[in-house]
Amino acid sequence: MLHSKTFVKKTRGGKVNKQVREHYLRDDIYCGAPICKVCDSSAARLSPSASTILIVDTNVVLHQIDLLENPAIDDVVMLSIVLEEVKNKNMAVYNRVRALCSNSMRRFFVFANEHHKDTFVKEMNKESKNDRNDRAIRVAAQWYQNHLGGAARVLLITNDRENKRKAIEEGISAETIESYVKSLDQPNLLDLLVQPASEDVNMEEVEDLRPSKRKVIYAEHKPMSEITSGLHRGIYHQGKLRVNRYNPFEAYVGSESIGDEIIIYGRANMNRAFDGDIVAVELLPQDQWYEEKSLSIADEEDGEEDVHLVPNSADDAPRTTNVVQGSAGDAKIMSSRPSGFVVGIIKRNWHAYCGSLEPMPLPAGSGGTAHALFVSKDRRIPKIRIQTRQLENLLDKRIIVVVDSWDHLSRYPSGHYVRTIGEIGDRDTESEVVLIENDINSRPFSSQVLACLPSLPWSVSSEDLANPIRQDLRHLRVFSVDPPGCKDIDDALHCITLPNGNFEVGVHIADVTNFVLPGTPLDDEATQRGTSVYLVERRIDMLPKPLTEDICSLRADVERLAFSVIWEMTSEAEIISKRYTKSVIKSSAAMSYIEAQARMDDSRLMDPLTTDLRNMNTLAKIMRLKRIERGALTLASAEVKFQIDTETHDPLDIGMYQIREANQMVEEFMLAANVSVAEKILKHFPVISLLRRHPSPTREMLEPLLRTAAAVGLNLDVSSSKALADSLDHAVGDDPYFNKLIRILATRCMTQAVYFCSGDLSPQEYHHYGLAAPLYTHFTSPIRRYADVIVHRLLAASLEIQKLPSIFQDQPQLTSIADNLNYRHRNAQMASRASVELHTLIYFRKRPTDTEARIVKIRANGFIVFVPKYGIEGPVHLAPRSEKGSGEWFVDEQQQKIKKMDGSLSFSVLQTIRIHMEVVEPQPNRPKLQLTLI
Amino acid sequence: MEYVNPEGLRLDGRRPMEMRQIRAEIGSVAKADGSALFEMGNTKVIAAVYGPREVQNRSQQISDKALVRCEYSMANFSTGDRMRKPKGDRRSTEISLVIRQTMEACIMTHLMPRSQIDIFVQVLQADGGTRSACINAATLALADAGIPLRDLVTSCSAGYLNSTPLLDLNYVEDSAGGPDVTVGFLPKLDKVTLLQMDSKLSIDLFENVMQLAIEGCKAVANYIREILLENTKQLEYRRGL
Ligand SMILES: [Zn+2]
Repeated sequence: MLHSKTFVKKTRGGKVNKQVREHYLRDDIYCGAPICKVCDSSAARLSPSASTILIVDTNVVLHQIDLLENPAIDDVVMLSIVLEEVKNKNMAVYNRVRALCSNSMRRFFVFANEHHKDTFVKEMNKESKNDRNDRAIRVAAQWYQNHLGGAARVLLITNDRENKRKAIEEGISAETIESYVKSLDQPNLLDLLVQPASEDVNMEEVEDLRPSKRKVIYAEHKPMSEITSGLHRGIYHQGKLRVNRYNPFEAYVGSESIGDEIIIYGRANMNRAFDGDIVAVELLPQDQWYEEKSLSIADEEDGEEDVHLVPNSADDAPRTTNVVQGSAGDAKIMSSRPSGFVVGIIKRNWHAYCGSLEPMPLPAGSGGTAHALFVSKDRRIPKIRIQTRQLENLLDKRIIVVVDSWDHLSRYPSGHYVRTIGEIGDRDTESEVVLIENDINSRPFSSQVLACLPSLPWSVSSEDLANPIRQDLRHLRVFSVDPPGCKDIDDALHCITLPNGNFEVGVHIADVTNFVLPGTPLDDEATQRGTSVYLVERRIDMLPKPLTEDICSLRADVERLAFSVIWEMTSEAEIISKRYTKSVIKSSAAMSYIEAQARMDDSRLMDPLTTDLRNMNTLAKIMRLKRIERGALTLASAEVKFQIDTETHDPLDIGMYQIREANQMVEEFMLAANVSVAEKILKHFPVISLLRRHPSPTREMLEPLLRTAAAVGLNLDVSSSKALADSLDHAVGDDPYFNKLIRILATRCMTQAVYFCSGDLSPQEYHHYGLAAPLYTHFTSPIRRYADVIVHRLLAASLEIQKLPSIFQDQPQLTSIADNLNYRHRNAQMASRASVELHTLIYFRKRPTDTEARIVKIRANGFIVFVPKYGIEGPVHLAPRSEKGSGEWFVDEQQQKIKKMDGSLSFSVLQTIRIHMEVVEPQPNRPKLQLTLI
Repeated sequence: MEYVNPEGLRLDGRRPMEMRQIRAEIGSVAKADGSALFEMGNTKVIAAVYGPREVQNRSQQISDKALVRCEYSMANFSTGDRMRKPKGDRRSTEISLVIRQTMEACIMTHLMPRSQIDIFVQVLQADGGTRSACINAATLALADAGIPLRDLVTSCSAGYLNSTPLLDLNYVEDSAGGPDVTVGFLPKLDKVTLLQMDSKLSIDLFENVMQLAIEGCKAVANYIREILLENTKQLEYRRGL
């Protein structure tokens, strides 16, 4: 264990102030080739039959990672100096290389050349760092060559001309990546290659026929040193660029130095920045703040809005700066918001994008290289130019493309093809696109994860029953109420009338943390997945099926482990006492909402279960009333439900999700349990509790709601959630749907609730606006949400029945877990929505329909309508798009009306109209749902 | 931050259970009764011992045992560009106390009543693990001064980063802010005489990390014994035995 004598200690200086670090060189670093007779080959990763061993340089890894990920490239030695350089330059690529190196299916071996006594090189006088590193790579390649003798060819892959020349001089075989890939004789691999910059000229062909071909389209980015000093002097502002999901020509940079969002209008001002890039922005002079706006609309070429699902929150909804143009009052509103332009990109957020090629005629001589434009499904991403040798194959496919570079002389970024997902419009392909786009891991669970599961068939053991921390509640009449067909039942209830007239009400939650132990592969996987994802035709589980559908699921008539919250309540639903315990329960009935509702409604039924249901329902109604009195918002969403053909998985019917009293009853007790648990864990762990908050909407966010309401003569008070709730209650129009419509409009103005770590915020910020609760968390669905798993552990620790895992000692890590949960949660929702949208499209493909719709927003050339029956909204055009904003239609911004110039026709917001819905294909393979006025 | 890469190497090329190169030299300060230089990697410490001698301040004299005093300081140049702390700051006072208590526990003070032993330790170069290096240097200096010891007390630290127990943290690893356990150990008696920890660690992990630090102490003890043996041989040789 002591350092061995063979280590030679070397020190190296560096940087401005001298830093001395020890650097140990070792003789126990092995080559990783099983054919080697000298080295310990127990950790060897290269294949025993490898004829060629590749050594790649840093730039090859950085630029050709997609190629390296292709199984055709194998037996690669990754030098530690290369990894180090990659890590410094691009963390995302580094993580991908690391994944390759640890993938047991691939033969990538990491050779710690920097710590090997024979391959470490000292910096020479006047040698630059890059040159030194290149030399280190060559020395390592030479070492391999000598070490393996003739057993295998060692090939250095480098695109650096100088490096290659020196290597060949030193007797190392070296090739460029292009020539190596060509020698493999697999034409498909060539598409994965990133084209070197010298070929850029050729790629210009795909540009549209502009008079001057190489004209400067974007301003050059400022050099990093200038950006740094500009940021320092306050001329530039740094922030993450967010492109408007509904208008890709508009972006926002949240800047801390200004304390406000800076708006960037138009591609020219965005200056090649992608969504998520960290950019440096310079503000425009104030008098130009509005002018840019009209420019952006002029620039708009494909800003067509598609039919989409009704947004459930402000995060889903289009940004509201998109005001109707042409009205005079706007200039002032606009000029209050700073606008600017991007001067440089500090950190790129480039990754792989899903989409398809823009339809184009096949070039005459097929088989050759073609240039094509790739259109991402994510509308925030600009078109990407790619080169392909298989154009014919790709035109009707969904493909994945990554960006390589974006020159200021070219209109579009250039990238390369990575892989094909499947045919456009095919349900499975499109579903996969939804998953990839939302970064959802749908791979089967690994064997290490599955190894953490208890063996099946599982049942409650005598140890579980004897465990002093676990209370035996099998005698209680526990039941569950869930959506029909629900297999992952994570909550159950019971209710007893006590002799004193009070009620004992219990909420029993599946004891997932009894099976998912901290630090296990199972736990790590669940942390990463964060939540189960519900698509229309399938569910992607956070935990493996044996847990979700069997061991943890609180099914009827089997004994299950639970974590219980038990209250004593008065008949006025006043909580007198609370207690929390791990338990063993045996559910007596697993009912669907419909069943439970039917029981309660059937006055002939007087059995104990039905009585329990009725008692609980009475309590829930009181609780709900109290909650609403406190100011909780009853918001409305337009959730739809599909009936899916079991054979073809195609949607058969579509309709609004019906909410029954039974749903509300269960929901009420879950809310109460979550609140009680939040109070308990925060009391014990003031800085490391995981809570959920819902920020109050700002007045600005509610602006569209107020404007619409004002147009129909409704005055909403938004001073507090209570005031808003009251005025929503009073918003009753002459038609029955009016109130729900207003609520739907209100819902989309709110942001979503988020998870956070209690130590990161002050207690006033813990507030949950929508529920009007000072504290809230998630406790009741540990089978499908990881947040609940964390909260279960916190609750168990607060009861001192289990130790808190070590992760809780690390607040920054807890914060990053909360951030990941928010990200996963959001993506899961987006995926669900996208899946519903996809199925809506499939459904209407064969069923053109006439239906009723409500106008929710007036546009210059028409309006946006909401179709209540199908929960979708989309544009209805009154005039052809080419005549947009001009011609015979006139918009009255104040009253939210659009009128025909001659006054013969007029439409106003919230008006009911009849529309025709039909799937059209304006371009081949690009079906979309079109709404037209009847 | 990755302190241990997937190949199992630390930033400086050591494996998790490896110590830095250690080196010791006896008798670097000729004027003192005993002295030693001790290096753990780039951490370099010098210790000088005076005594047992007459107690300077009579009022501090103890009738049945020796008075042990310790003064710890850091050379102004020891940390390079890092901020220098004034002498007598809380950290030095604390380390002085720690060294004094650790050394006192192994000196047979009852054999030298009414006398005084002074231990001076100075950090010449700091790169993590200064506390341990000081104790090791002081032990060697005491042995060099011929002061009767129960055992050779040695010290080593261990930490826990990237879910891996690491022996003998250097400055970079120490600055990661992870748990850092320093152990003082009597190898013959198999007893821990000093135990300090920064940050938090669960009890089972703590035991692992502490055990690792103890292994480190044992290795230091072996090395110190070799050095002393070598030194004794040289003394014998000089005496012409
Ligand atoms: Zn070998």
